[in-house]
Amino acid sequence: MANVESSAVASSAQPTMSESTPSPSNTPKKRGVPEGLWLKCPACGASVYKKEVEQRLNVCPKCEHHFYVSAPDRINQVIDEGTFEPMNEQLRSTDPLEFSDRKRYVERLVGEQKRTGLTDAVVTGVGMVRARRVSIAVTDSAFIMGSMGSVVGERLTRLIEHSTKQNLPLIIISASGGGARMHEGILSLMQMAKVSAALARYDKAGGLFISVLTNPTMGGVAASFASLGDLCFAEPKALIGFAGPRTIKATIGIELPEGFQTSEFFLEHGFIDRIVERKNLKTEIARAIDYCGK
Amino acid sequence: MAGPGLDFEVEIADLESRINTLQRQTDRTTPADDELRSLRLELTQKLRDVYSSLDPWQTVQVARHKNRPYTKDYLNLAFDDFVELHGDKHYGDDRAILTGFAKLDRFKVMVIGHQKGRTFKERAACHFGCAHPEGYRKAMAKMKMAEKYKLPLVCFIDTPGAYPGVGAEERGQAQVIAESLFLMSQLKTPIICVVIGEGGSGGAIGIGVGDKVAIMQHAYYSVISPEGCAGILWKSHEHAPKAAAALKFTSDNLKRLGVVDDVLDEPLGGAHRDHHQMAARMKTYLSKCLAELEHQPMDQLLDNRYDKFRRIGEFIEQAE
Repeated sequence: MANVESSAVASSAQPTMSESTPSPSNTPKKRGVPEGLWLKCPACGASVYKKEVEQRLNVCPKCEHHFYVSAPDRINQVIDEGTFEPMNEQLRSTDPLEFSDRKRYVERLVGEQKRTGLTDAVVTGVGMVRARRVSIAVTDSAFIMGSMGSVVGERLTRLIEHSTKQNLPLIIISASGGGARMHEGILSLMQMAKVSAALARYDKAGGLFISVLTNPTMGGVAASFASLGDLCFAEPKALIGFAGPRTIKATIGIELPEGFQTSEFFLEHGFIDRIVERKNLKTEIARAIDYCGK
Repeated sequence: MAGPGLDFEVEIADLESRINTLQRQTDRTTPADDELRSLRLELTQKLRDVYSSLDPWQTVQVARHKNRPYTKDYLNLAFDDFVELHGDKHYGDDRAILTGFAKLDRFKVMVIGHQKGRTFKERAACHFGCAHPEGYRKAMAKMKMAEKYKLPLVCFIDTPGAYPGVGAEERGQAQVIAESLFLMSQLKTPIICVVIGEGGSGGAIGIGVGDKVAIMQHAYYSVISPEGCAGILWKSHEHAPKAAAALKFTSDNLKRLGVVDDVLDEPLGGAHRDHHQMAARMKTYLSKCLAELEHQPMDQLLDNRYDKFRRIGEFIEQAE
């Protein structure tokens, strides 16, 4: 399902270095400092040197806040250099509902493609993790909230089927605040069943699936493949959940507890195997694959 | 009868109340009889007019109608026996999902259905049909039982959505829906799912993976509620009618998009006007599906179920 919260999630998760561009109203421009060299960490408020953040895989050097990472960057962080082969990039969303809100969906798609350089909200393919061959998919929260429509569902399903045939370990790293994509309506909801069914077959064939939850993973993505890992890792302090915090607040009318719907919250309640810092993710994945004999 | 009025049913309600008044007169004269006859004709015509061209937002109102038949009504009217089985053997008994053994014609089945409740007290106990994780856990436990004892599964979907709350998140709302999709896709028994009212997103598909998926004529099945969608994309819940139209979630659209196999016609003026007739149609439909699925070899059944969902989605393969 689409996550009702997406807009709120967007602002907290959104990305890129747009967090870096301080609005003129609240941050006076420092004289002599070229724009874009410094970032303001949304968690601790410190001004941090952008290069240093990038060198630390987009993690704040002051407070360890994990910034947004694009899908291609994430693949570079996890997959051995030069070994990634993308798959099914030729798939493109159509506009089956002829959906239009304040903007036509077809135009929105073109805009998102130009802005992000991605063809849709997921990148899938095969590559090596420390010389072990794996399948990998990464959703990108910058592309329509990382939401799942027909293309995301189809790419994931094809990747899972490929992993089943080739007996490859499967890694899916989720950053999807939007859940199932509203603009493709019921077809998006059905992708949840389609991908989960493919995972059930993969599981039956003995496949190892490592699901990594990053900020944010909500709605229909959380309520399908992201929760079905044999192993479920999460980055620190990621927003994870089914319903968005605003919806919950509106329904029950009380303040939400501190730390509600974070990785730590779900670890505490027993739904996550390990919280893994970004710098350790590759090592931890390789280790898990070793233990599971894949 | 229709009960609490919908705004597009004002004229219908007026005709119905005039007919009621006349019917109650024990000493009717011949002119009054004639008037009654003509009012009935007028009512039929009016119902036909209004219900043949409901817009998507009106459809939502009908799907949410307080007198719409719920899972319990079908159990009473279409089934011959029902043995309720409570509890998820883990945390609690969620009244928003009703489960148990039931008999329909010659078939013994397991029924899993959302339940909204009709009185305020019932509705509060059922959380208005919004299930918690224990509801889905209960459903999964009964699915496994159905598989073990070779009972076909009949699922009635009727929920605004899975419950959004602190407890629901703490107990793994996302996890249980995902697990249910996973389980249903491989469950070794025939599964028939019917959306009888509201097919509200994850909470609906959580019991919606089947060999046959049907929807009633005036029900809807959507990725998000029209209010939720309007809140995000139009920045106000008031635009729900616009969102309802944009989401294309009415039965005719779902059939066209290949999401449902069948659309069950409702009695004139909607299922809320005639529970008995609707239940009879439901019985005929379920019985037909059960007969069709009972002799399918299990491997083939599971392959067909997989392919059915595998095909859903629209995209193009663009040359690089």
